[in-house]
Amino acid sequence: MTDWRYVFSQNRATLLAFVFFVVMFAIYSSNHPAGFSANVVQTAANKGVLLALVAMSQTFVVITAGIDLSVGAMFVLTNCLASWIVVGTAWTGALGVAGVLLTGLACGAVNGLIVIVGRLQPIVATIATGAVFFGLALALRPTPGGDVYGPLADALTGRVFGVLPASLVALAAVVVVIWIPYRRSVIGRAAYAVGSSEQAAFMSGVPVDLAKFCAYVLSGLAASMGGLFLTFVTYSGEASAANGGTYTLYSIAAVVLGGVSLYGGSGSAIGAIFGALMFRTIGDLLFVFNLDPLWQPLFQGLVLLAAICVGAARLFQVRNRLELFE
Amino acid sequence: MSVRAQAKISDGLLKRADRPVVIAFACIVALLLVGSLYSRSFLSPEYLLQQLKVASFLGVIATGTMIVILLGQIDLSVPWVVAVGGMMSTAATGWGPAGEALAIPFGIACGVALGLVNGFGVAYLRIPSMIITLAVNAVAQGLMVVHTGGFSPQDSSSPAMRTLATGDLVFGLPNALIVWAVVGAGTIFLLNRTTFGRAVYGIGNRERAAYLSGIDTQRIVLIAFAIAGGLSAFGGVLLAGYASKAAQAMGDAYLLPAIASVVLGGASILGGRGSYFGTIAGVILITLLQSILSVVQMPEAGRQIIYGVVIIAMLLLYGRESRAR
Repeated sequence: MTDWRYVFSQNRATLLAFVFFVVMFAIYSSNHPAGFSANVVQTAANKGVLLALVAMSQTFVVITAGIDLSVGAMFVLTNCLASWIVVGTAWTGALGVAGVLLTGLACGAVNGLIVIVGRLQPIVATIATGAVFFGLALALRPTPGGDVYGPLADALTGRVFGVLPASLVALAAVVVVIWIPYRRSVIGRAAYAVGSSEQAAFMSGVPVDLAKFCAYVLSGLAASMGGLFLTFVTYSGEASAANGGTYTLYSIAAVVLGGVSLYGGSGSAIGAIFGALMFRTIGDLLFVFNLDPLWQPLFQGLVLLAAICVGAARLFQVRNRLELFE
Repeated sequence: MSVRAQAKISDGLLKRADRPVVIAFACIVALLLVGSLYSRSFLSPEYLLQQLKVASFLGVIATGTMIVILLGQIDLSVPWVVAVGGMMSTAATGWGPAGEALAIPFGIACGVALGLVNGFGVAYLRIPSMIITLAVNAVAQGLMVVHTGGFSPQDSSSPAMRTLATGDLVFGLPNALIVWAVVGAGTIFLLNRTTFGRAVYGIGNRERAAYLSGIDTQRIVLIAFAIAGGLSAFGGVLLAGYASKAAQAMGDAYLLPAIASVVLGGASILGGRGSYFGTIAGVILITLLQSILSVVQMPEAGRQIIYGVVIIAMLLLYGRESRAR
């Protein structure tokens, strides 16, 4: 009972992200012309969950002090693949879903192998693999199109019991099934250790390479879930370079807003999820205030800039100028 | 014989830092030879000059990217700073004769301003460069969207910009190539012959040590980011002159090639290591690769795949980190 303070300080960033999101969403929905209705929440949830899954994918790698600039490309690739194979009957649809998730795992494994065995810097390696993944997506879908198994798509983008958005339930299920067991496992803890200090982790006998590999593989898995969900929302596949680029960049923004340190070793996927939902809400805020949509990108950019500058407040705690240069 | 010993032997012939540069130039020659099997025109002077001209746009942008990478930072704001450079210079062209005369410096100045924001965030607010440049990129995008939508500015470039990017005033050499040569020579001088340049390498190796040896590291980082912003915007000005108009997404295709060419040229993404000759080789290599793939009419999908595979393969050749511990 006495260690609640440690638990609190460990999860402070996640809690902050959660509180900010709730406040913003309250402002958003109370000013929405339709009010706080199930429909409004459902639309917002479907948009938010897409980014949340990609942000989660980014989190796995960022925790190990890496970065994955191919998440957007994996997201687009699995979207294109899903629009081919998640079709037909319930059985073929299910097989297709498995195929899409396996593809995500494979993409993540490729990234992991290149970074760990190839010893390339993650930032450059994933730029290059991102180009390859995007090329594969283009080969699958030179022009937008395709289809998806309707009942499953409707079930996942609809509502449960008429009120709760199914996408949020699915997202919660992903967190419960993947993130929480991972966070509590030896591998998950090793990932945090590697992110804090790879040298120290190695010296303490932590399975460094295995932890990094698992992080990249899980990143691929989460990105493929995002791609799958995009197919359910749009009922089609599209190899859009713009989509790939924006989702990669937004995933980094969401991760930062969600309190995950880009230096590795701290933060959680739950924080990143709220960061993603918050980022989406910021984008929609202008819409409900009836301002010119022209100003939306600038507003979103300025809020992002302001949010990260808040992080600079830690400079006030610096006692010695040398601490700046760590 | 261990890898290290092998490297030492080749050190006798070449300086260690130059090895990636030599490999990159060798790859350029190999690419041209492979291309010439497909068509003789790959070895003609016209084709090569045309490629160098196209490469000079990427070259100018990659110069800024390289300075930032030498610091051990990264500039993700390249796409929209390029667009800002192009769009603001064409907008200035629409403001009458004075605007037309000042179009090029004005475009560059806008880029420097954005670079200063980047540099201030990185150097003084200690925000990771990846995040602050990302945010500045978003703000620049927002500004340009408001600018085009709200003020419907002129988007065609001034005659001076067009001459700079497409003309050939001296000995039939493309002006753009001369511009890149001047920028490159300036950068080589800056990096190798000035205290600023040495400080950039020092900070890239260890900012703490550089600070303790009396360098005002924060000011250097600020200036370096400002230079990078100015060069990105200058690249945008040239591109607007080349296409004779500026467009919103004009910079999107330049971020990854710029980073890739710097890294292919042997610069370490962790900072402190790399020469400008490497960047030149990287830029030419990337441009040739893109050109050859489009000449052989490879579909976009195949082009992307080969592009990625080549970058990884080349980095595996010489860009690997030494095993830690």
